[in-house]
Amino acid sequence: MTTELLAPPERNYLSAGYTARSWLLTVDHKRIAILYMVSITLFFFVGGAAAVLFRLELMTPEGDLVISETYNKLFTLHGIVMIFLFLIPAVPAVLGNFLVPLMIGARDLAFPRINLLSWYLFMLGGALVMWSTFVGGVDTGWTFYTPYSSTYANTNVMLAALGAFVTGFSSILTGLNFIVTVHTMRAPGLRWFRLPLFIWAHYATSLIMILGTPVVAAAIFLVALERGLGIGIFDPKLGGDPLLFQHLFWFYSHPAVYIMVLPSMGVVSEIIACFSRKRIFGYRFVAMSSMAIAVIGFFVWGHHMFVSGQSVYAGLVFSFLSMLVAIPSAIKVFNWTATMHKGHVWLSTPMLYALGFIGLFTMGGLTGLFLATVAVDVHVHDTYFVVAHFHYIMVGGSVMGYLGGLHFWWPKITGRMYPEWWGRFSAVLVFFGFNLTFFPQFVVGYLGMPRRYHTYPEEFQIYNVMSTAGASILGVAYLIPLIYFIWSLKYGPRATANPWDARGLEWEAASPPITQNFETTPIVTTDAYPYAEDEQRTEETLLV
Amino acid sequence: MNDGFRLHPEQASEIAASVDALYFFQVGVTVFFTVLIFVLIWTFALKYGRARKADRILPPHEFWATELIWAIVPFAIVMIMFGWSAVIFVRGSQTPPNAITIDVIGKQWMWRIYHPEGKREINTLHVPVGQPVRLRMISDDVIHSFYIPAFRAKMDVLPGRHTFMSFTATKPGEYHLFCAEYCGTQHSFMRGRIVVMEPGVFADWIRGSTDEPPEVAGKQLFEQFRCNNCHHNNPGARCPPLGGIYGTTVALQDGTTVTADESYLRESILNPAAHIVAGYKNEMPLYLGQLGEEDVLQLIAYIKTLPSPDATPRSEAENSKP
Repeated sequence: MTTELLAPPERNYLSAGYTARSWLLTVDHKRIAILYMVSITLFFFVGGAAAVLFRLELMTPEGDLVISETYNKLFTLHGIVMIFLFLIPAVPAVLGNFLVPLMIGARDLAFPRINLLSWYLFMLGGALVMWSTFVGGVDTGWTFYTPYSSTYANTNVMLAALGAFVTGFSSILTGLNFIVTVHTMRAPGLRWFRLPLFIWAHYATSLIMILGTPVVAAAIFLVALERGLGIGIFDPKLGGDPLLFQHLFWFYSHPAVYIMVLPSMGVVSEIIACFSRKRIFGYRFVAMSSMAIAVIGFFVWGHHMFVSGQSVYAGLVFSFLSMLVAIPSAIKVFNWTATMHKGHVWLSTPMLYALGFIGLFTMGGLTGLFLATVAVDVHVHDTYFVVAHFHYIMVGGSVMGYLGGLHFWWPKITGRMYPEWWGRFSAVLVFFGFNLTFFPQFVVGYLGMPRRYHTYPEEFQIYNVMSTAGASILGVAYLIPLIYFIWSLKYGPRATANPWDARGLEWEAASPPITQNFETTPIVTTDAYPYAEDEQRTEETLLV
Repeated sequence: MNDGFRLHPEQASEIAASVDALYFFQVGVTVFFTVLIFVLIWTFALKYGRARKADRILPPHEFWATELIWAIVPFAIVMIMFGWSAVIFVRGSQTPPNAITIDVIGKQWMWRIYHPEGKREINTLHVPVGQPVRLRMISDDVIHSFYIPAFRAKMDVLPGRHTFMSFTATKPGEYHLFCAEYCGTQHSFMRGRIVVMEPGVFADWIRGSTDEPPEVAGKQLFEQFRCNNCHHNNPGARCPPLGGIYGTTVALQDGTTVTADESYLRESILNPAAHIVAGYKNEMPLYLGQLGEEDVLQLIAYIKTLPSPDATPRSEAENSKP
């Protein structure tokens, strides 16, 4: 009986064209989101393959699987690909691109052609990074520290740095597009404090993208000047200062961590509200905490440099400022948790990912305090403790958020449902695989194992074996969604416009949406997340 | 150094125990809040499961009071961490007046150690227990980082300028020395050991050294580069005399003064134009890129041995001869 009811709209954005040209020249934000999704998925598995290889190498203390040059190139590839080609674009360029216009009731982003240009720049940057790998690789680490990168490294630094430089412009343009869109294209009645938290998170992220990225672009450009033309900027032998690079690099790259995690926080807010059937507790505080994180994030870069030779006073000031990030982070975690109170909690796949995000982000955030604590950081800086901490944020946080969001909006994006049982199974598997991989690294880091070590003393082996075992589980757990998502495109049950009975303008559009998103521009009359409880509450309040 | 399975590293320096105390406090805070969030999430997930009957009357949406509490409590906790750590950090960055200074040069991919007595070591550092030690470190190429986990001590070693690190070992034994800043292909082989000895044993060990003191090589370099053509004590010298200059206060052309320590002498050898001594012109060539850090260290050791002209006028004449 329902076949006809559930049939997708005849003209939707997916059926708008089937030729390669219709995809490669599209200016539809939804199709561009799909282009990004396919690209970053490929890059994710490239970065993952590098991780598999070096995790296998680290099973034994000796360097026996690959030589040191190869090992160094593997961790560099993993870092560059995962950060510049996966984590930074993941949520904003895929889910953000797809959902920002839908959530605010707009037809598209403000600059559809620039949006397509962003993707081409991204692919050009990605191609440069891949090219640098095929012609021999890079061994500087994703951080490109000088004077190693500018004078000493004999690898393809220029190509990879150029790749990172170009993807930066993609990021700037995406940020610009989002900011203009949110400012100018909100549906009638959609006031700022009625915006979904996903939009607030993307707005904060976009600010970082346009304010921070130019600085790292400048830093990379200066490395290229020194490396290519021998102009002394960072190498003391040429009259330069090596610490200048670190200041410029971290001025962007610390806020970049928030580019990677803030959008996932937006995703988590949407999921928690939907599957608790409640408005987010402390909505305005959660929204403003995103902005606070974006702003404070620009004043904490020196915590990457506590042992670099910067002054004791600089160390103390940056330590103090870094501590402040804890407050908006804590506000978010407590508000998400409080949202479940007196809700109707449904432990669906997206919810499991969102709850996993909260747990892992909590641990990642709290262990970040150890690194902001200058006396403790002197010991753990550049050890596996740091590696564990930022993987809790970037994988435990960002990737969990991305996967949660992908499941949540998969019916909207594709018009198909994914298999729920497999979804829950892989969510739980990701959680356990992740913890087995990265928790031992806190311990071995405090024991003193430095990061980026090809060989290491024997007593650290047990922890490395645990990590590698966890990484194999994690690898499988990431492959399962890849398989069932592809499977669902053809065999998944058809999705209704609003399979989760969620609130938000994107659920008023068809699944998959039509090219123009909405038949008529929606008019907004309520705050975000008007779930049943709210209606009930209003009635009760009126009765009293 | 290698004693099988461990959950926690050895404590072998004066600050190790205080760093660990703060660390355990932070572990406590982390466990407390992680467990709290975990328990709350699962309590709510089960109690308010969508198929369950529960009291859902008047669900709250925003309370200023709770928002304030969960902003203020974390703030208070992180300020405790900040203050506690600041005390340890400031104390740890001060060098006790009785510290001995040992020079360290990092170079892809080894550590060279120069004891003040003339003893040299590679990838191993011997220190006496209970004696404050200050390391004066510099790199010949890229950035390295001198890391002793058992001392909870680490400092980057930069090209182009000295960095310093102080510690007092508290327990005889052998400990890991790691390069912690990625420095190229053999980064993970840039490891060594710290050997902490009883003072008497250390004194015997250092006295037994047959290494040539650095000033011997320094004298050869001084002559090879004809430094004394200009730096002599006779009237009309084109450059400032160097006898007895070490440790004195030097008046500069721009009206400021500087203490002639190792960092100043090093800079004046490699990049003389940076600080011109009052009354002189910038006539010395640049040695940046021509002299390695070891050469500079030897030259400075030799300059330190040059006697002050007023104190011993006789040796002044000797020194002014090539």
